[in-house]
Amino acid sequence: MDSDLIVQILFAAVKTGTPLLFIALGEVICEKSGILNLGQEGMMLMGAVVGFLAAYSTGNMGFGVLAAMLMGSIMSLIFAVLVLQLGANQVATGLALTIFGTGLSAFVGAGFVGQTIQGFPPIAIPFLSDIPYIGRILFSHDILVYFSFGMTAVLFYVVNKTRIGLTLKAVGENPNAANAIGIPVLKVRYLAIMFGGAMAGISGAYMSLVYTPMWVENMTAGRGWIALALVVFASWRIGRIMLGAYLFGLASIMHLVLQGMGWSISPNLLAMLPYVATVIVMVIISADHFKEKLLAPRSLGKPFDPRNMA
Amino acid sequence: MKTHNSISRLELANITKQYPGCLANDNVSLILMPGEIHALLGENGAGKSTLVKTIYGVVAPDKGDIIWDGKEVSIKSPSMARDLGIGMVFQHFSLFETLTVSENIELCLSKHQLNKIGDLAARITQLSTEYGLNVDPSRYIHSLSIGERQRVEIMRCLVQSVKLLILDEPTSVLTPQEVAGLFDVLRTLSKEGCSILFISHKLHEVTEICHKATILRGGKVVDTCIPNEETPATIAKMMVGDLAEQEAGYTKAEGKTVVFSVNNLSLPSKQPFGTTLKNINLDLKAGEILGIAGVAGNGQDELMAIISGEDTRNVKQTISLNNLDIGHLHAGERRKLGMAYVPEERLGRGAVPDMSLTENTLLTHSEGFIKNGLVQWQSIKDYTKDLITKYKIKCHGEFSEAKSLSGGNLQKFIMGREIGQNPKILICAHPTWGVDVGAALAIHQALLQLRDKGAAILLISEDIDELFLLADRMAAVCNGHLSPLVKTEHTNIDQIGQWMAGTFINNTSAHTQEQEAKA
Repeated sequence: MDSDLIVQILFAAVKTGTPLLFIALGEVICEKSGILNLGQEGMMLMGAVVGFLAAYSTGNMGFGVLAAMLMGSIMSLIFAVLVLQLGANQVATGLALTIFGTGLSAFVGAGFVGQTIQGFPPIAIPFLSDIPYIGRILFSHDILVYFSFGMTAVLFYVVNKTRIGLTLKAVGENPNAANAIGIPVLKVRYLAIMFGGAMAGISGAYMSLVYTPMWVENMTAGRGWIALALVVFASWRIGRIMLGAYLFGLASIMHLVLQGMGWSISPNLLAMLPYVATVIVMVIISADHFKEKLLAPRSLGKPFDPRNMA
Repeated sequence: MKTHNSISRLELANITKQYPGCLANDNVSLILMPGEIHALLGENGAGKSTLVKTIYGVVAPDKGDIIWDGKEVSIKSPSMARDLGIGMVFQHFSLFETLTVSENIELCLSKHQLNKIGDLAARITQLSTEYGLNVDPSRYIHSLSIGERQRVEIMRCLVQSVKLLILDEPTSVLTPQEVAGLFDVLRTLSKEGCSILFISHKLHEVTEICHKATILRGGKVVDTCIPNEETPATIAKMMVGDLAEQEAGYTKAEGKTVVFSVNNLSLPSKQPFGTTLKNINLDLKAGEILGIAGVAGNGQDELMAIISGEDTRNVKQTISLNNLDIGHLHAGERRKLGMAYVPEERLGRGAVPDMSLTENTLLTHSEGFIKNGLVQWQSIKDYTKDLITKYKIKCHGEFSEAKSLSGGNLQKFIMGREIGQNPKILICAHPTWGVDVGAALAIHQALLQLRDKGAAILLISEDIDELFLLADRMAAVCNGHLSPLVKTEHTNIDQIGQWMAGTFINNTSAHTQEQEAKA
């Protein structure tokens, strides 16, 4: 295999990994606050369809991205109100949100299936894109990829170095104690959930505006679920999420690569790779139950109601 | 105590707080001077916790005034309380295990306070030497012992230059030596003019350290006193209302044949932050009570899980019952062989929260109440009703859900249920945890009766006084090690306290000592 082909594969891996990176970054922030939102897929689909509609009807791509983020936040707000305010079960509510989002996005986008738009153009960053290999793999993408780099760096800093990150971890580990020392637990969780929604929205927009610039029903193809596995795979660490997203991205395009190299395996089997990889990763991580418990936010999925704190 | 200052640090006037179905505080008034160590006493449910949460801004009172340094204030949140100079050390610590000491402390400080302090870690180290707290700012909380965690909580208050420190049952989790250390810190603080509000159940501590005491009963202030002019007995009388029966001590018994033993048990914990058990040997004789002392989190939970059969990972020879290896049997099979348990966690382990008391009785009594495969509901109901009367369990009836009972009442129910099975071996964690004086007496007597009938009883408790009262032989656990077993009359609180702190661990002749103690 020549180096040119490898660079092309890695370039595609970054591109394919970007929507996973966005949505997993949102989910990890949400989970760090102790909330498990299984509605990722639904929020992502709504982001994809609304982003596409907004960009298609206004002709403004940036507007499409903003609309998708807003839509994702609104979806997550529904989840937040049900879970935080009304004390609904997080798992059931998240699943409902995914089913709701899948159906609603198909309905909203029905008239637009098959329409195409001009996606974001690639921008080669001066100087950086001239670095051999690396330049072409990392710095010849579109603006959303660069935004995802920036977002990863900012979140890494915020989570690991700032008071905000400390507060977030405290709420996810022990909301009762956090409440007792005066941290507004519900407010932190609202913000974390809505950030997760906005990230799911932009992840959806990446699918419908950049990756395949069109709207197709159910076009996210389970990426919301892969992102949930990715968060566990990365053991809730921001840096590892980026690495994991690109690894999963690579797994998703392997069938194209292997076909290109003339392997005669059924493309249907190869298309399963990212999902098989997800299952394997989950099994490996869960095998060390001890470690998983140590790394996970300790109150993940457990409800907290300040009114019960007499 | 500085007495020249005539302005009180804190004055509570007619604080009233009504919860649904319970008047938690009823016109409670209290005055606290600068430098005063003030005890807040009362049985469970007397309203102590509600009162201190009101002061700390966690609970809003329905009525009444709070006067701080001569000015009326309304404390709306814990952060507001901290800004005034009020610090609180909670009974169940409010620390974050995955964060470091200095991160935990930082979370409690406002930006303004943080800027004023500058280098937080340096400040912690400085205060640590000043007060002899011995707290390392860079360590993670999960690696600290309970005593160290408490010192972190106190440190958290000190960093904020606290004027009133509230301690909710601070000594219940400490070894006697750690208690002495804590009292030194409190006395230093008091000399510097910091007021201390001290909630405790341990009356001899109150008489030792407190300048004044306020006694609550049923949400009302029923008495105040100067503790060093009283004895624990007279204070207990004020708390309970009527003449509390004093437990003077019971006759000790001599165990007969060994019926149950743990042999060379070493096993890592299933839980992260758990304790690894290290080479534990223990024998339990028929007709004796064996007490195991220890500060929480030193391996008691792990040991309990293995003895009860919740954790069956060990080899079957490690546990034997009447010369039968039972290490591989699960909890239900062990119950059939005549073992009974009272776990530490009452809801979820000791009882199913959503089931009625009758159903919870059936769960561990299945043998006697099932005929031809059918449940004999009427007889279980009658049996449960008897338990409720015998142990004075406060509930609506045998149909009440377990979760609707207060902790102490549920404990009485579980103790009664297990003792009622006439087990050959009873394994029991914290038998009177959260139980009032009268019911504790009933539980103690039931345990002794069971012993005298020839049962072997293993008590795991943090309450040393109770262990000395009941146990015929004693040991202590520390960091997963078990100390030698000694007869209660051959030891004293001081020695057990040192064992709780682990002084026996490096003693390679532990086994020889054990032999001597037996002789």
